[in-house]
Amino acid sequence: MDKSRIDDPFEQARKDRGYEHIPDQDDPVVMMLRHKDVRKCAHQWKVFQSGAMPGRIVVPSEVKIRDTRQIPFEVDPPEHTEYRGLVEEWFRRPLQADYEGQLKMIIDEMIDGVLSTKSVEIVEQFSLPLQSRALTLLLNIPHEESEVWIAWGTHVFRSDDSNLDASKATILYDYIDAQIDKYILSPGEDLYSILLNSDFQGRKLTKEEVKGVMILTFAGGRDTIINYVTNTITYLADHPEALSRMKDDPDVVNTAVEELVRYFSPLTHMGRVATEDTEVCEHAIAKDSRISLGWASANRDASVFENPNEIMIDRKINPHVAFGFGIHKCLGATHARQLMKVLLKSLSEKVVSIEVNSKKENIEDWGAIQRKVGYDSINATFNKL
Amino acid sequence: MVKINFKTQDNQIITTEESKGSLMELARDNNVKGIDGDCGGVCSCATCHVYISPEDVDKFPVASEIEKDMLEFEDNTTEFSRLACQLEISESIDGITLTVAN
Repeated sequence: MDKSRIDDPFEQARKDRGYEHIPDQDDPVVMMLRHKDVRKCAHQWKVFQSGAMPGRIVVPSEVKIRDTRQIPFEVDPPEHTEYRGLVEEWFRRPLQADYEGQLKMIIDEMIDGVLSTKSVEIVEQFSLPLQSRALTLLLNIPHEESEVWIAWGTHVFRSDDSNLDASKATILYDYIDAQIDKYILSPGEDLYSILLNSDFQGRKLTKEEVKGVMILTFAGGRDTIINYVTNTITYLADHPEALSRMKDDPDVVNTAVEELVRYFSPLTHMGRVATEDTEVCEHAIAKDSRISLGWASANRDASVFENPNEIMIDRKINPHVAFGFGIHKCLGATHARQLMKVLLKSLSEKVVSIEVNSKKENIEDWGAIQRKVGYDSINATFNKL
Repeated sequence: MVKINFKTQDNQIITTEESKGSLMELARDNNVKGIDGDCGGVCSCATCHVYISPEDVDKFPVASEIEKDMLEFEDNTTEFSRLACQLEISESIDGITLTVAN
């Protein structure tokens, strides 16, 4: 069996009833599993809101470790629309040729590095530095700052002992507070300064609001990108023919980016809070209880995807929801897609094959459901083309 | 070459010429405002929503269920809505004008 395989643990429940009960502290979640229901619930932002208590739409819930509201993620319209309008253009900068060029320099250098060593640990020594260095481009700050984030390790919020490690969360929050103060004193062309100077409802954004956007930017794009990159490396180790295919036909890179994110679904699900008594899949949802939108499950729904458990890097029709759906769809998706596009191109130009020497899988525990989302560590060897 | 016009929400007309590919790629390559094509054309993002003029509807194959489902959740969807990534350039659409929905 392929080492890179990620099984779909939701298949039976998705067919049988369409939802799954997910225990979480004292606030259980009903996860929606079918593609149609997931998109429908994501679309109904009035009934299934994001603007609940900060941290509550995240699973596991972060209400006990976080007071700052993530923006625009944990806000509903009309405020959401205005907040999102402030940041949307900034988060489309990855499409600019100059941004892509700098990303290519970062990634080429990292690939040259792994090609020059006998073997490398892919999670901490490749994916994390790659994600961190790329993030300096999204924030438009000096590349050296990534060394601070790399030193934090792979999980800002998580440790081996507990999924919710308040002390680790504090590292990030204190860091962002200090950075905001720094950029108030010496503003530049970076995301902090742009936010601090943004107008919202006729006033400037507050420090707390800026912090809310920055926490989202850091937290939303860390584990997800690391899992995306790491899974991609193991997939290519199992399928070296994909490297030569992308080299011969660079157009395949675009469909491969979408197909890999569908299959890996780095974010398993995201919660919402019901604002009224309602029903999904003939299952009653009580007002003020939580549902979640099962992106990973929806992305394997056989009623939408032909051969859903196979990676077809040239899949032409691919209405996946790996970046979410509706008004809250991933703000960082443009950055993530550009990063993956450059990574796949660069790997296909420089690498002929990859060998996985050892690995430790990262299995998420959702009560009755266990799902492989990536790896805690992988040792691999890259072979030069 | 096939000539295609895009009319944006701020009433600009962008005239383009191309012989192959999708209308999303054509619009994106010509920086047509309101066409982002985030997903590269795999029918996952709906950021290439256009309206076809009533007289031109029959010049295109009908929308697939997947495209219809995608449009169902979009704002401003009408009976003339299509996703430009699902529409191929061909001689039969020479000279048409598409209106960008967003």
